[in-house]
Amino acid sequence: MSAGEALARVVREEHGRIVGALVRRYGDVDLAEDAVAEALEVAWQKWPVDGVPPNPGAWLTTTAHRRALDRLRRESTRTGREREATAMLDTPAEPLGVVDDDRLRLFFMCCHPSLALEARVALTLRLVAGLSVAEIAAGFLTEERAMAQRITRAKRKIRDARIPFRVPEREDLPARLAGVLAALYLAFNEGYLSVGDESGSRPDLADEAIRLTRQLVAMLPAEPEAQGLLALMLLTRARDGARVVDGRLVPLDEQDRARWDPVRLAEGRLLVRALLAIGHPGPYQVQAAISAAHTDEEVPWAEVVALYDLLLTLAPSPVVRLNRALALAHTQGPEAALELVDDLDLASYHPWHVARAHLLHLLGRDAESRAALEAALALDPTPLERAHLERLRATGGTGPPS
Amino acid sequence: MSTTQYLLGVHHGDEISWPEGVTVDQVMADVDAFNVKLREQGRWVFAGGLQPASSATVIDATGAEPVVTDGPYVESKEYLGGFWVIEADDLDEAMRWGTEASAACHGPVEVRPFQSE
Repeated sequence: MSAGEALARVVREEHGRIVGALVRRYGDVDLAEDAVAEALEVAWQKWPVDGVPPNPGAWLTTTAHRRALDRLRRESTRTGREREATAMLDTPAEPLGVVDDDRLRLFFMCCHPSLALEARVALTLRLVAGLSVAEIAAGFLTEERAMAQRITRAKRKIRDARIPFRVPEREDLPARLAGVLAALYLAFNEGYLSVGDESGSRPDLADEAIRLTRQLVAMLPAEPEAQGLLALMLLTRARDGARVVDGRLVPLDEQDRARWDPVRLAEGRLLVRALLAIGHPGPYQVQAAISAAHTDEEVPWAEVVALYDLLLTLAPSPVVRLNRALALAHTQGPEAALELVDDLDLASYHPWHVARAHLLHLLGRDAESRAALEAALALDPTPLERAHLERLRATGGTGPPS
Repeated sequence: MSTTQYLLGVHHGDEISWPEGVTVDQVMADVDAFNVKLREQGRWVFAGGLQPASSATVIDATGAEPVVTDGPYVESKEYLGGFWVIEADDLDEAMRWGTEASAACHGPVEVRPFQSE
């Protein structure tokens, strides 16, 4: 393995842990972030020359601690803290790879409910995943400066409002974990929606989100919702290769299953089965189960409708009602489904119009179906979706929404 | 561990509107109970309710002569109407007190840290 590969790998695996360890020791997020960045810079210069150290993670941790102390010494007003920090450094460091608590604390600090969801996502990708500000900005198609400001503001709030570096107490854990999962899912969707996006080299936020969720699952094995989110991401991601072919969006029922990723598919389906056996359903688990059902040889539509009913009791929303109605079209016909869809107040949501176009087409009401397609196009579909809708308009067909 | 002081601010318009079925007596009783709990746990620093914003006067003495203006500094639909100052270990604790404060005064509460010395 080359020095560059070794470094990329240690960043992926250890960044959150190292930043976390420094935040715990020095209580200063900026200091921790900068020290780790400097340590990486040193590694970048030294490793290709001296060779990769036997324990790259420990090497980076030690180097980052030294850099942090150097910085504290330079800032004379912080003499008291320097003494404290030096004293702490004399105590033997905990072995790496055993204690994961610092990374878990970092997750919860970055995803504190007092921070806006966008700030949580950006902070988590920066501090836990170790992405650069430029990479995060590219992932969200945002100006780098705006992203840097968002991250800086969030770090300042952590410091000024004293957002704690701590794993929440048992009774708060489910609610706080939901905040972490929401941030990871937002990162995932940002990456997922950009599949087939020709606008440039966006880093793979979907893969980053899967990796971070995997880390979370490993640290919180008794939390089924974290596993549910992981399963949902894997099952969604597994279909990417078939969902976008030659820059074209392919609806689910027309997808070539040979293009599905068998490894992710198998892992996602296995997780769903294990979660069903546990029997503590939550919104992510149910969405994963719905996704898994769509990958069955014959989609069990009645079961899918029942799962949507369950999801509506856990996390009611008009979008869930819309998707339930589309599933119900398979069991009770398009007329019953259209009635449900027309009751929803979703006229500003283009998938609602796409759903109507589809159902109206099935009912042979082609003029109304075309009008619904036009309405969808008039809203703001992504370029991929727009191309798909324009093809449907041209051929007079309406495949079901993907 | 040293503590930080937090402001728990309550904002409302000139006419305070409580949720339906909630009486002034109810709010007073709930706030009193919350105050007692804050004191018992050693987290109370200060608390008070303010007269309506129409009673405010703004003085600007940055120029040669002080300029006096009738009314609040910023025109708004809602003003700071009352507040607590509490001690807390961190934002998690302050938010727990903020949650209880909101339930006690039957309105939203803004949690905001003081600068440390």
